[in-house]
Amino acid sequence: MIDKLSFVTVYPEVILLVMACVIALFDLAVKSSGRTATYILTLLTLAVVAWMQASDASTGQTHYAFGKMVVSDPMGNWLKCFATLALMVTLVYGRAYAAARDMLRGGELFILSLFALLGMFVMISGSNFLVIYMGIELLTLSSYAMVALRRDHAASIEAAMKYFVLGALASGFLLYGMSMLYGATGSLDLQEVLKAIQSGQVKHQVLVFGLVFIVAGLAFKLGVVPFHMWIPDVYQGAPTVVALMVGGAPKLAAFAVVMRLLVEGMLPLALDWQQMLTLLAIGSLAVGNLAAIAQTNLKRMLAFSTISHMGFVLVGLLSGVVNTDTSAVGNGYSSSMFYVVTYVLTTLASFGVILLLSREGFESEEIADFAGLNQRSPLYAGVMALCMFSLAGIPPMVGFYAKLAVLQALIAPGDAWHIGLAVYAVMMSLIGAFYYLRVVKVMYFDAPVSSACVTAGMDVRAVLSLNGALLLLVGLLPGGLMALCADAIVKMLAS
Amino acid sequence: MGLLSLAIWTPVLFGVVLLALGRDDQAQAVRWIALIGAVVSLLVTVPLYTQFDVSTAAMQFTELSPWIERFHVNYHLGIDGISLWFVLLTAFINVVVVIAGWEVITSRVNQYMGAFLILSGLMIGVFCALDGMLFYVFFEATLIPMYLIIGVWGGPNKIYAAFKFFLYTLLGSLLMLVALIYLYLASNGSFDLVVWQKMPLAANVQSLLFFAFLAAFAVKVPMWPVHTWLPDVHVEAPTGGSAVLAAIMLKLGAYGFLRFSLPITPDASHEWAGLMIGLSLAAVIYVGLVTMVQKDMKKLVAYSSVAHMGFVTLGFFIFNSLGVAGGIVQMISHGFVSAAMFLAIGVLYDRMHSREIASYGGVVNTMPKFAAFAMLFAMANCGLPGTAGFVGEWMVILGAVKVNFWVGFAAASALIFGAAYTLWMVKRVYLGPVTNEKVKNLKDINAREFFFLSLLAIAVLYLGLYPKPFTDVMDVSVTELLKHVAISKLP
Repeated sequence: MIDKLSFVTVYPEVILLVMACVIALFDLAVKSSGRTATYILTLLTLAVVAWMQASDASTGQTHYAFGKMVVSDPMGNWLKCFATLALMVTLVYGRAYAAARDMLRGGELFILSLFALLGMFVMISGSNFLVIYMGIELLTLSSYAMVALRRDHAASIEAAMKYFVLGALASGFLLYGMSMLYGATGSLDLQEVLKAIQSGQVKHQVLVFGLVFIVAGLAFKLGVVPFHMWIPDVYQGAPTVVALMVGGAPKLAAFAVVMRLLVEGMLPLALDWQQMLTLLAIGSLAVGNLAAIAQTNLKRMLAFSTISHMGFVLVGLLSGVVNTDTSAVGNGYSSSMFYVVTYVLTTLASFGVILLLSREGFESEEIADFAGLNQRSPLYAGVMALCMFSLAGIPPMVGFYAKLAVLQALIAPGDAWHIGLAVYAVMMSLIGAFYYLRVVKVMYFDAPVSSACVTAGMDVRAVLSLNGALLLLVGLLPGGLMALCADAIVKMLAS
Repeated sequence: MGLLSLAIWTPVLFGVVLLALGRDDQAQAVRWIALIGAVVSLLVTVPLYTQFDVSTAAMQFTELSPWIERFHVNYHLGIDGISLWFVLLTAFINVVVVIAGWEVITSRVNQYMGAFLILSGLMIGVFCALDGMLFYVFFEATLIPMYLIIGVWGGPNKIYAAFKFFLYTLLGSLLMLVALIYLYLASNGSFDLVVWQKMPLAANVQSLLFFAFLAAFAVKVPMWPVHTWLPDVHVEAPTGGSAVLAAIMLKLGAYGFLRFSLPITPDASHEWAGLMIGLSLAAVIYVGLVTMVQKDMKKLVAYSSVAHMGFVTLGFFIFNSLGVAGGIVQMISHGFVSAAMFLAIGVLYDRMHSREIASYGGVVNTMPKFAAFAMLFAMANCGLPGTAGFVGEWMVILGAVKVNFWVGFAAASALIFGAAYTLWMVKRVYLGPVTNEKVKNLKDINAREFFFLSLLAIAVLYLGLYPKPFTDVMDVSVTELLKHVAISKLP
């Protein structure tokens, strides 16, 4: 069953695993305080992996490997490519921050992040309950450790504990749901599960019972209401670079798992899980946007904003199947994929600015710390303003097109219920606009409280400028990325 | 690259260059580049007028290329007789505003000038867009520079004003966004305005769409009772911001009625015309009375803008060519007059740092040249024959009388209020003896101020004395629009 071809399919994963181990050993010999050699080797590895994923994705072909336990399709490959790039950008932004906080005494940050990425790869490629579960565990275990990396920092430890306890609970939910479905359908393989459900031989109640637990577990991983409690604490408590690692690339993997489990595995149950997602989306849009208003800590505010944006991602997913008509599913799912990719792009830039403004012994994470940033550094203030307008969904920033895409998918059925939900969603994003504008206000309208010069290396400035420019450029020409997402989803649905 | 693209992107390009390269220690160079940018942007719009064919209602200078293929969104531009003058007006006001901010703005000059240039390009984009989504993108994107202009260079209560401006107008536009997406789906995947205008729609759908559009455009115009953001924002905005806001941004809403509400939902427009006329008359009469008791000069002009825009919406919803053409002429004349009024107040404010009417008195004694300009603009504001203000209001009133004598009568009565509040302000600010030391020490306007005020004065007089070039251009387009609106689109 395990043939040579199977290994070809997972070459990027193999390289990542081998390199993670090699870097772990190599790091023992690195003496410099900034771990420059480890850093460069990590970036090189990631660049090679990203390139491999992109070239796999552009072939547009779907392969199954290891007895259909693992799948390599354009959607998965693009998401893996974006996740790798996101991790690279995170490391570029975060290295100086981590070094100043004594987090680079060992090379754990790099090695754990490589393993976390490997976990995401496995999640994204998994076509089997256990493989997906294994990927999730690999990602989250690495993440728990990274959150706790500053072991003498009380807030980080508290965040890690909360994350761990709630994460373990969610994994339990997910595993329990999977076991129910395994019991009902007799297979762990997603394709077999789909066939069993389609056959109509399995009792509906049992399936829905298992489905509830799976959706709850996924909701935790996505961080949507009412399974969102860990998000604000982890974002605020974790070192900012780790918060970005937890809040950036893993969203792509979580989206992929949702697609694999709910769409590839259980599309016939769409009417059931769409109802659940609707409730989750309504709650997330309200809680995320309303609670964010009250925050004074920027990281915590962005955490609540994440919750509301994941609500929008669900909006795209919940509008696929209308009255058992599955002809429009591609529209909704590709809109969600576009949303999540652009959201990660925006998150990278906004956390990048926070990371750069943090100095030794000073966390620049209160909104007030950004006062008058425009006078201190027009570039960073400009990038942050682009992020905020993008998150608020103001054209021509990319965030607007993401909202446009999911809203048109939502309105597509044309009935009063869906239009009403769309009006609710835009009203919530109006509330959201308030707190994003407040950040712009603090940066542009208020007088600076500190005159400390903002310094950063050329590489960081270049990457940040590019990241900010992409928010605008992908906004001006969103067609390419949209077509890519649509194509990836169509191919995934066809396989 | 077509002429319209050039008109849109030239100022944007100059603005981006200023933002990227300008520094505060090179303020003078920044100002000159901004002025060159504004003048070049105005010059590239001139061929639009000279090459314009007045004999056709079809869209001219059209450009069409795919933009977002997945949603069939096209980069589709074109102008007809209705939009031509707004493109020219926007480019013209932009030049005036750049000159007006020359000495006044001393901090972050590059961002100030850049914001105005980008804003001007985006607003021209709104007037040229023939694709629903392109229109929306331009329409919304204008909020960002304006928000920053108010918030950074505004008065003491600027933050409240900036937020009120942004959130109030965003509320309306988001409902319009839902309507646009609905139309996109209902037309089987097209954002093309021309397709939407031809598409049959059921009566209840039309009504819902009409109110969604109303939410966006009524806030922007602004119509009574959603006008309350305008006085607050005008008071706090810097002079240039007020001028652009009153002269162009309010027109975006009124223009939206002509491009969306009337042609896409004609039956609903007829059905709700009574409501619209009622709201317009409320703006004209009630807000006219409110204007009279204002103590702050900028607030007074802001309320009078609401009243004047009431004439515009009144003209649109009486459905005859005098009314619609009068509404459009009123939009253009209000563009010149309100900009002139705000810039004149700015001239006083720069010297006295007060907008209170009570702190002035007898300005004519110390600033005779300036007072002459101010008087002319005030006369135009109250609609004196021979000035720009007269033509539009007169056409709308004539049109209204044709439909219903009492509507015309009520609208005409507003002219009395207009004269009352404007003349009373003129009397208290400019006429009479010098009331205090500060006024006594005022210096008359310098060459720069004289220059931009005379540009506006020429425009105001020209439009008042010889409105033919303005009305000729729009004649065919207005007739065509009314013909279209008269045909029911019910399936």
